[in-house]
Amino acid sequence: MIWLTWRQFRTQAAVVFAVVAALAVTLAVTGPNLSDLYRTAGSSLVDQVSSSDQSLYYVGLLVVLAVPAVVGMFWGAPLIARELETGTHYLAWNQGVTRTRWLAAKLGLGAAAAMTAAGLTSLAVSWWSSPLDRAVNGGGATDTYFPRLDPVAFAARGVVPVAHAAFAFVLGVALGLVIRRTLPAMATTFALYAAVQIVVPIWIRSHLAAADRTVLPIEPGGAPISIQDGARHIIAHLEEVPGSWVTSQQTLNASGQPAPVPSSFADCLRTESGPPTLQQVDGCVADLGALGYQQQVTYQPAGNFWVLQWAETGLYLGLALALAGFCAWWIRRRAT
Amino acid sequence: MSAVLRAQGLGKRYKQRWALQNCDLDVPAGRVVGLVGPNGAGKSTLLKLASGMLTPSAGTIEVCGGRPAAGVEQLAKVGFVAQDTPVYAALSVADHLDLGKRLNPNWDEAVARERIRRLGLDPEQRAGKLSGGQRAQLALTLGIAKRPELLILDEPVAALDPLARREFMQDLMEAVAEHELSVVLSSHLVSDVERTCDYVIVLVDSRVQVAGDIDDLVACHHRLTGPRRDPDTLPGGQHVITASHTDRQTTLLVRTDTAVHDPSWTVSPLGLEDIVLAYMTRPADAVRDTRPALEVLR
Repeated sequence: MIWLTWRQFRTQAAVVFAVVAALAVTLAVTGPNLSDLYRTAGSSLVDQVSSSDQSLYYVGLLVVLAVPAVVGMFWGAPLIARELETGTHYLAWNQGVTRTRWLAAKLGLGAAAAMTAAGLTSLAVSWWSSPLDRAVNGGGATDTYFPRLDPVAFAARGVVPVAHAAFAFVLGVALGLVIRRTLPAMATTFALYAAVQIVVPIWIRSHLAAADRTVLPIEPGGAPISIQDGARHIIAHLEEVPGSWVTSQQTLNASGQPAPVPSSFADCLRTESGPPTLQQVDGCVADLGALGYQQQVTYQPAGNFWVLQWAETGLYLGLALALAGFCAWWIRRRAT
Repeated sequence: MSAVLRAQGLGKRYKQRWALQNCDLDVPAGRVVGLVGPNGAGKSTLLKLASGMLTPSAGTIEVCGGRPAAGVEQLAKVGFVAQDTPVYAALSVADHLDLGKRLNPNWDEAVARERIRRLGLDPEQRAGKLSGGQRAQLALTLGIAKRPELLILDEPVAALDPLARREFMQDLMEAVAEHELSVVLSSHLVSDVERTCDYVIVLVDSRVQVAGDIDDLVACHHRLTGPRRDPDTLPGGQHVITASHTDRQTTLLVRTDTAVHDPSWTVSPLGLEDIVLAYMTRPADAVRDTRPALEVLR
C-alpha cells in the first residue's frame, strides 16, 4: 500500500523538496557570514545586514509560512479528491486492502512528508535567522526585523511549522474527501487554513502561556507612546522588555481602574491647523500623567517562546489527529 | 445451492430519492448474471452495494457469504470493475500489475502476465494513453488476476465500440470458463446480456421487476393473441405483464408456470429482449401496486 501511495505521490513530493533544498543550500552558504557579523557587532547587527541578506530574511520567512499552505493545497486536497474525481478509488478499494488501511497509508506517508518538509525549512530558516533574532531580543531595533514572538515570525520559527504542515495536510485531505472535487477542495483548503492562521494568533495563542503584565507611567521621556484614534487610545511601546509580544493594552485612571483616555487629553492636543508641536504633545502627556493615568501592558516575554511553541504545536497536532479521525469515520460511513 | 449474492429488503437512498428499494435477490453461484434496466434504474447502485462501495440505507446484502468489503478476506473474494473502467492514468500497465500483486493475497501473476501479452498491451505504456477498449481490458485483467469468487462489472462495455465490445465479452466469457467465476454484469443493452448471461435481473425505476434463469424466464412467458377481451378474466395462474388492445384484438404478455390451454388464444414464444422490454414498459402504477420482486426459481 505504501508502494502505491509513494508511486502516486513522488512527483509532487519531489517538487516541494527541490524548492526546500534550494533554499536550504542558499541559507547554508550565506548563514556563516551573518553569524560572524553578530559575533563582532552584537545587537547592532540589525543595522549592518546587507540588502541581499535582508531580502533572504524575508524570503525565508515567506517560505516557512508558505510550506504548510502549499502542502495542504497541493498534497492534501488532491490526495483523495483526485481519486474520487477520476473514479480510481473504485480500483483501489477493490484490491485486498481495506479502505481504512488505504487511508492510513496515504495520510501517514503524506503527513510524514509534510512535516519533514516544513521541519527542514523551519530548521534552516531558524538557524540562518538566529543571529538576527538574538540581536532583536537583545534590544536591536525592531523596525526591520520581527521579534521571534511577533505573530509573523512566530509561525516561521522553531517547531510550530511542523504542526502547521501536519494540520494543513490533513485539512486538505478531509476537505478533498468531503468536497470530492480537486480544485474547489484546494481553494477551500487555502481559505480555511489562512483563516485558522489569522484566528489563532489573534485570539488563541496569547492564552497558551501565562502572560506578564506591567504598568507604565505616562510621562514625557518615559516609555514611548503612540496616540491613536483622535487621542482616544494610547499605545505604549515596551522598549525595556526586548523581544516581547504585546497582547493587550489598557489605560488605567488614578485609582488603578481601566478607564478611557479623558477627553481633556484630546482637547489639549487640538490645534488651529496641522499637527501639534512636540512641546505641546509633551505638555499634554505630562498633564495626563499628572492626573494619575497610567498604561497597563500585557505581554508575552521573549522567554516564553518555547512554551508557546510547544503549546501551539500540541494544539495543531491535536487538530490534525481529530481531522484524521474524521476522515477515517467519513471514508467508512459516508464515502462511495 | 449456495447463493453468491443475497439481498433482503435492500434499499439505498440519496438524500430524498430512493435509488433502489425493496430489493430481494437470491442469485446462485456459478452463474453469469446480467443486470439490465434503463439508465438511472439503480443498476450501479445495486452493484456498488454488492461490492461494498456503498452501504445500504435499508435491508441487508450478503455476497459470497459475507458483508461486502467487510475485511481483507471478503475483499479478496469479490472483484469489482467500476463504470468507465477507471485506471490510474499516470501509472504504466506494468505498474498496475505490480499494484495488483502487492495488494492482493491471491494474486495470480501468471494469469495477469499472460493476459497482458495476449492482449498486446505494452507493459511500459501509461494507462492514460490506452484506448477505451484497452483500458477496460486492463481493468478486467486486474479483476480476474486477483482470483475472486465473484466478479462484478458495472457497464463494462458501455463506452466501447461494437468490435471492442464483442472482444471484451468473449474474453470475459473465456475467463469465466477457465476460472469458474460467478459474474454479475450490468448493461442497458439486452443483446449483450442475451449473448453472454444465463441469469437476468431486470431493474426498472429503482425496483427489481423480475429475476431468474434466462431459460426459465423464456419458458414461462408467452404472448397471447386473440379476440378482444378483458385481461381480468384470465385464469389465476396467468399474470399479465403488458396488455394492448385494438378494436377487435387483444395482445397479452403473460407469465405462467402452466401451459395455456384456452383455444381462443394464439400462443407464441418470446425472446429475452421481448420479455425484458415488456417489464421495462410496464405502466409505473402496476409496478408499485404489486410486490416488485417477481422471483422465478425452479
